Amino acid sequence: MSKYMLLQDKSRCIGCLACTIACKINKGLGPGPKPVDVISLGPILRDGKILGQFVFMPCFHCEEPWCVYACPTGAMKKRPQDGIVYVDQSLCVGCKSCIYACPWGAPQFDIEKGKVVKCDYCKDRLDSGQLPACVSICISHCLKFGPANEIEDKRRRRYAIESSQFPTQ
Amino acid sequence: MAKDVYSLCFMCTVRCPIKVTVEGDRILWIQGNPFVAGIEGSLCPKGVSAIALLEDDQRLKYPMIRTGARGSGEFKKVTWDEALDYVAQRLKGIMETYGPQSIVLGERTNLSTHVSKTFLRAIGSPNHFTHDALCKGSNNTAFRSLFGYTDAEVGIDYANTKHIVLYGRNIFEAVEVKAVNNLLDAMEKGARLTYIDPRVTTTATKAHRYWMIRPGTDLALNYALMHVILKEGFYDKEFVDKWVVGLKELKEFLEPYTPEWAQEETGIPSREIILLAKELNEQRPHVIFHPGYRAASYTNEIYQRRAILMLNVLMGSIETKGGLFFKKGPGEVGKKAPRKLTDQEGLPKPKQVRFDKVGTPNFPLPDPNHGVPQMLAKAILEEDPYPIKALIANRFEPLLSIPDRSATLKALEKLELILTVDVNFSDIAWYSDVILPESTFLERIDCVQQANGLKPQLFLRQKAVSPRYDTKEYAVIIKELAERLGISQFFPYNTMEDLVRWQLEGTGFTIEDFSKKGFVAYTDQQIFWDRFNGLKLKTPSKKIEFKSSLLEESGFPSFPEYEPVKRPEGNEFRLVVGRCVLHTHVSTQNNPYLNELCPTNVVWINSKRAKDLNISDGQMVKITSPQGSGVLKAFVTDLIHPETVFILHGFGHESKGLKRAYGKGVADALLQANVSDTVGGSPGLHETFVTVSAEL
Repeated sequence: MSKYMLLQDKSRCIGCLACTIACKINKGLGPGPKPVDVISLGPILRDGKILGQFVFMPCFHCEEPWCVYACPTGAMKKRPQDGIVYVDQSLCVGCKSCIYACPWGAPQFDIEKGKVVKCDYCKDRLDSGQLPACVSICISHCLKFGPANEIEDKRRRRYAIESSQFPTQ
Repeated sequence: MAKDVYSLCFMCTVRCPIKVTVEGDRILWIQGNPFVAGIEGSLCPKGVSAIALLEDDQRLKYPMIRTGARGSGEFKKVTWDEALDYVAQRLKGIMETYGPQSIVLGERTNLSTHVSKTFLRAIGSPNHFTHDALCKGSNNTAFRSLFGYTDAEVGIDYANTKHIVLYGRNIFEAVEVKAVNNLLDAMEKGARLTYIDPRVTTTATKAHRYWMIRPGTDLALNYALMHVILKEGFYDKEFVDKWVVGLKELKEFLEPYTPEWAQEETGIPSREIILLAKELNEQRPHVIFHPGYRAASYTNEIYQRRAILMLNVLMGSIETKGGLFFKKGPGEVGKKAPRKLTDQEGLPKPKQVRFDKVGTPNFPLPDPNHGVPQMLAKAILEEDPYPIKALIANRFEPLLSIPDRSATLKALEKLELILTVDVNFSDIAWYSDVILPESTFLERIDCVQQANGLKPQLFLRQKAVSPRYDTKEYAVIIKELAERLGISQFFPYNTMEDLVRWQLEGTGFTIEDFSKKGFVAYTDQQIFWDRFNGLKLKTPSKKIEFKSSLLEESGFPSFPEYEPVKRPEGNEFRLVVGRCVLHTHVSTQNNPYLNELCPTNVVWINSKRAKDLNISDGQMVKITSPQGSGVLKAFVTDLIHPETVFILHGFGHESKGLKRAYGKGVADALLQANVSDTVGGSPGLHETFVTVSAEL
C-alpha cells in the first residue's frame, strides 16, 4: 500500500460531490470519467430510523496493484518512494486492461484523450506541498490525507463518548 | 509566479469567502478562504465548478439586440455603445409616454443592489424589487413583527448549539459552507438534530430525530409544542418575563391546541411532541428553532415563521451562544459602515404607489425594500395600478421563479422593453429585447460587502482574472446607462475601483487592506448585548411582541385560529419543491460539471400511492396542475409522505442558449399557482395540487 492514507470520516460526509468535481477539474476532464466518486447508499428506513451513507471511492493504491500487472505498455506504475499508483499517459495506448483488472473500478477512461486516467493522490499537487484536490476543498473537512499512521481519526474518541454516559461539552 | 487572490464566491447568494490561485491570467485553483473560521479551505460543489462558468462558451459573451420575434432566439451582436444608446433611447420614449413608474427593475439581491436602487430613484420610479420576497418575504415580516429587525439582521450560532430543530431547512443539501461545518462541529460535541420534513433528505439521514410531517401542518405542530412548553413551564421565565409582550394572550389562545389535537393534523404522535419539549427544556437556552431559509410555502407562512421565532424566545435562545443573535454593525464599535449610493443627498424618493402595491391596504406589511415580485404579471396584464412597459432583469429569472410561468410569459408580451443583465443565457434573456452581459464574479471587483455579525467585518470581491469575453461589471453598465439618461451625477465613479474607494471613505479601511486575507474586521471581540438589560429591540414597545402592534394595527391577528390543511383527494398530491446540493436555484443547470452530475429533476412519489396509480419506479409520468403539465421520470419511494409529490426547483429551462440544460426536466413555476401570504408577502409555493398519471 502507499505510505499515504485518504480517510473519509463518514459521519461528516454529506455526499455533496465537490470532491468528484475538484478531481475532474484538476485532471482537466470533461463529462464521463470520475477518478474519485461518492457512492450514495440509502436512505432507507430501518426500525423507525433513517439510515443513509456516502462511501468515498478513490483508488486504494494497492501494494500489489493488479492494474500495474495488467498494463501491457508499462504506463501504469507504482512510485517507489511512496507507493502511489499512477498512469503515465504518454505510454498509455487506451487498451483498458487496467480497467478490467481493477476489482474496484478505480481506473477511468478519458474518451477525449483515448487514455486512462486515475486517482494518483494528485501527486503533482503533493510534490508542490499541496493536498490532493478532493481533500483541499472538501466541504465538511470529512476527507483527511497524510502518512497513514499520522492521520487524525476521531472514530475511537467518538465511539467512547457515544457509549458512555459522560457529559461531552 | 502564482499568486493568491482573496475574493467572494457568487455561484450562489451565500457569497462564501474564497481563495483563487492565479498564474498570469489563468486560474490554477479555487478553494475556500483558509483564514475564515468555519471555511478553512472548504468549498461546495457549485463553488468548485465556478471555473467552468468562467470558461463556458455558452454564457453571455457580448451585448445583443433582438432581431427576430420575441423568444425566437434571433439576436444580433452589437457594441456596448450601440446597446446602451438603444436602451437609453427606448427608456426615454417609454418614460415620456407612460411616466418613469412604468419602468420596473428586478434583481437577485447582490452587492450592487444599491446601484440599481439609485438608478430607479434617479429616473423617478418606485419600482425596484428583489427576488427575496419570492423566497423569504414572510420571514422578513415575521421577524419585524416580533423584534423590529428583519431576518437578515439576525444570525445563528450553530457552533455552540445543543439542539437544532429544522422545519424543512435541508441544511446539508441547500448548503452554506460555514453553517455545515459549524453544525457538524456542534454535533461532534453532542448537539442533537431534529428534522421535520414530508420528505427524507440527506439532512434526515444525519438527524437524531426525524418526523415525516403531513405537508403544510407545521403551524399545528408548533401550536402544540408551545402549548406543552407553556403548560409545563418548560420555558425561560426570567427572559420571557423581562422581554415578552403577550405571553398571557398566547397561553390562553393555545389552550385547545393540545398534542393530541396536533397528532390528528400532523401525523406526529403526541407523546413524541411532549418528549421533544422535555428534551429541549434540558438544553435551553442553547437551542435553535431554525427560522428557515426559504419561507414561501403556505399562505399562512408568516404565522408559521412567527411560531418558530416565538419558540426560540420561549427557550430564551435569543442573544445567546448556541442560539440566535442580533447582527452587530460597525456603529456598534463607533465606526462607520461603507457608503452606499442610496445614501447620497438629493437623490429623489419617488412617491407613487409601487407596482406591487406594497405599503397600500393590499400589502401593508411586506418590506418595500424587496417588494412582492409575484404581483408582476398581474400588474402588467391589468395595468393596475398603472401601465408597466419596461422590465430590467438583473440576474433575475421571472420565468422560472415566479409561480405560473404561462401568466408571466403572457405579461412579458405586453412590455415594450425587456432588458436582461446576466452571465447566463437565462430564459428571460432568451425572451429579452436587449441582453447586456455581466462579467462573472471571477472577472470583476464588486461593491464592498458589509458583513454584520457578532464581529462586524467587511469583505471584498476581487478580480482574479481579466474578462474572457466582451463583458462589464453591472455597476459600470448602470453608470454608462445613467450618463445617457442625464442622471450621472448620482454615479460618482468610472470604474469599480473608484466606486469601492468611494464606499470605503470614512471607514478607516482602504482597498489595499483586503489583499492579505480578503476581509477586514472592525473588532476582534464577539459582541453580545446584555440579554437581561441591553436588548436594543426596534418594535414600538421595545419588547419582543408576541402580541404584535405591526400586525394588529393593519387589522391582522397576532394569534390566528388554526385552519385545517386541505387533504388531496383522489389522485391528487400536494406539490412540494426544494433544492439539491449540486444546483443553485435556476442558475447552474447548464454548468458542465453540475449538469453532468445532476442533469434533470424527477418526481418523488410515495410507494403505496404509486402502486394504486400503476406507476413503477423509473417510469415516465405526466404531472398536471391547473396551470400546466410536464413529463418526468418517477422516483418511487417510501421516504415521502403519501399526500406529497416532490420535484427539484430550477429545471425546465426553455432557453435554447443553455444547450446542456435546455428541455431537461419540468419547471415548478410551470405547475404552481400564484397565491400569496398577503400578510407576510411570500408566495405560497406549496399550495398547488397536482395529479400524476401513467398516461402520458
